[in-house]
Amino acid sequence: MTLRKAIDNLGLALALAVIVSPALLFFLWMLSLSLKYEIDNTAYPPVFIPTKFAWENYVTVFRSNAFGLFFMNSIIVTGLSTLAAILVGVPAGYGIARMKAVKASVVVLISRMTPGLSYLIPLFLLFQFLGLMGTLWPQVITHLVLTVPIVIWVMIGFFEATPMELEEAAFVDGANRWQIFWHVALPIARPGITVGFILAFINSWSNFIFGVVLAGRTTRTLPVAVYNMLTFEQVSWGPLAAAALIVTLPVLLLTVFAQRQIIAGLTAGAVK
Amino acid sequence: MSGVAAGSATAGAARGAKSQGRPAGFLRVSEPVRAYWPFAAPAVVVVTAVIAFPWLFTLWMSLQEWRVGSARSFVGFSNYARLLSDPRLVDALWHTLVYTALAVILPLLFGLVAALAFHRRFPLRGLVRGIFILPMMATPVAIALIWTMMFHPQLGVLNYLLSLAGIPPQAWVFDPRTVIPSLVLVETWHWTPLVMLIVLGGLAALPTEPYESALIDGATRWQTFRYLTLPMIAPFLMVAAIIRTIDALKAFDIIYAITQGGPGTASETINIYLYSVAFAYYDIGYGSAIAVVFFALIVALSLVLLHLRQRTKWIEAGAAA
Repeated sequence: MTLRKAIDNLGLALALAVIVSPALLFFLWMLSLSLKYEIDNTAYPPVFIPTKFAWENYVTVFRSNAFGLFFMNSIIVTGLSTLAAILVGVPAGYGIARMKAVKASVVVLISRMTPGLSYLIPLFLLFQFLGLMGTLWPQVITHLVLTVPIVIWVMIGFFEATPMELEEAAFVDGANRWQIFWHVALPIARPGITVGFILAFINSWSNFIFGVVLAGRTTRTLPVAVYNMLTFEQVSWGPLAAAALIVTLPVLLLTVFAQRQIIAGLTAGAVK
Repeated sequence: MSGVAAGSATAGAARGAKSQGRPAGFLRVSEPVRAYWPFAAPAVVVVTAVIAFPWLFTLWMSLQEWRVGSARSFVGFSNYARLLSDPRLVDALWHTLVYTALAVILPLLFGLVAALAFHRRFPLRGLVRGIFILPMMATPVAIALIWTMMFHPQLGVLNYLLSLAGIPPQAWVFDPRTVIPSLVLVETWHWTPLVMLIVLGGLAALPTEPYESALIDGATRWQTFRYLTLPMIAPFLMVAAIIRTIDALKAFDIIYAITQGGPGTASETINIYLYSVAFAYYDIGYGSAIAVVFFALIVALSLVLLHLRQRTKWIEAGAAA
């Protein structure tokens, strides 16, 4: 029996090693590429751990082609569109949950099914008409397509699950609905707001398609900037891999530190 | 692009189908439910502006002959008629369906296996799971860039790994015959974690009694999986299949960043073709018609899967009881 258990555990360990290695090895390889000189990156057979680390790849990225500007663009676009989504999405999630307007969530579903490009054609024309092209506003506004439905969805689920007794008690005490929302419902829902914020942030930060269409030379966000490095400016792999790692690092760190909230948010609807 | 919202969003239909069983006394004694509309009003304005308006405008544009920079004229359904006789669109449709079929089935398969492993208890489970879900959280363009380097026929690490197994080097995304399977490899790597999370959630919700009886009855491990676990998690697999289908049909970032639809048009999906029509050729009217038909295709396939999910529902109801 114990032998069988030992074999069983060994099997599980082996299975897990196989399951996790594509993810683990990929990111280690990404790190390796970003820390190697060109001579190691083009060596065959490939060098996994170089004898000399090329830290300067990172310096190159930060120095070259307005990386700071693109970083700020990303912060502004993602920051504003996520904050705006929290501002309108949290009350909306509350209202929809309390009205039991479950059909309203169909909007979320439709927005999920719609290809990003079909928003972009009309919005592109609209922004041109309004003379907004060349500013960050088109991207901030378009990213609302991503962030608002996520926040609404997470908040509906959250407010549906919060107990009504406290709100009823506050109502009996003469509080109006805004006071109840602000002083009773909102404090309880804080973890839900965190989940909505994280998911909206990640989605907006990683978005590429809106930037490809709407961003100009000075309004690129990081994913677009990195893509342009690949096609136009850089040929050496080290700085390219370093740039790729810098772009995705905030999201990876969020995943590591907020794994629980992210999983809760992602599976909340699906597992119901 | 935005698979992150996936888990939540597709369950919308499921959520809509179920009634929430909370007593509504508080709402009834005080004011009508409509009193909550002001909370939703700002979001309604935003959703109307960025989601509903583009939709109506797209429908209208699809009836126009309209290239950026030239005059617009109403042409009725001729853009739609043009779809039927566009060989590049037919090719793109075919690529999309092949890509989607593979990019649904493979993550579903691997995700199921991974979920069964992660359902067991073992040391450092949180950390291992955290590493496992990193691919789906990572920025698609960033990982596409690294995959491009890995696919490199001479310097790429993938051909080196193949050589260790004695397999001759491949051209990966640089050969029309292997480009779609290679992109599916990236897509599978990217999205298997999401399937795993959904199925893992399903496994966590399973009742323990049937397993106890199965143990008493001396069922083998395979029998337990085949006749207990699999039927009970079928609804969750269906949810994962729906999400994967929607995402794979709409796939853009990875294909565009790695191949731009090439070599030639060998990996051009509808979404990539739509991008070219609308933003490289600036053929707004025709692009809108493609967008409308594309959306209809996504909805149609999702509805088929949703219908299949409804049929698996009684199992879920049995599991919940």
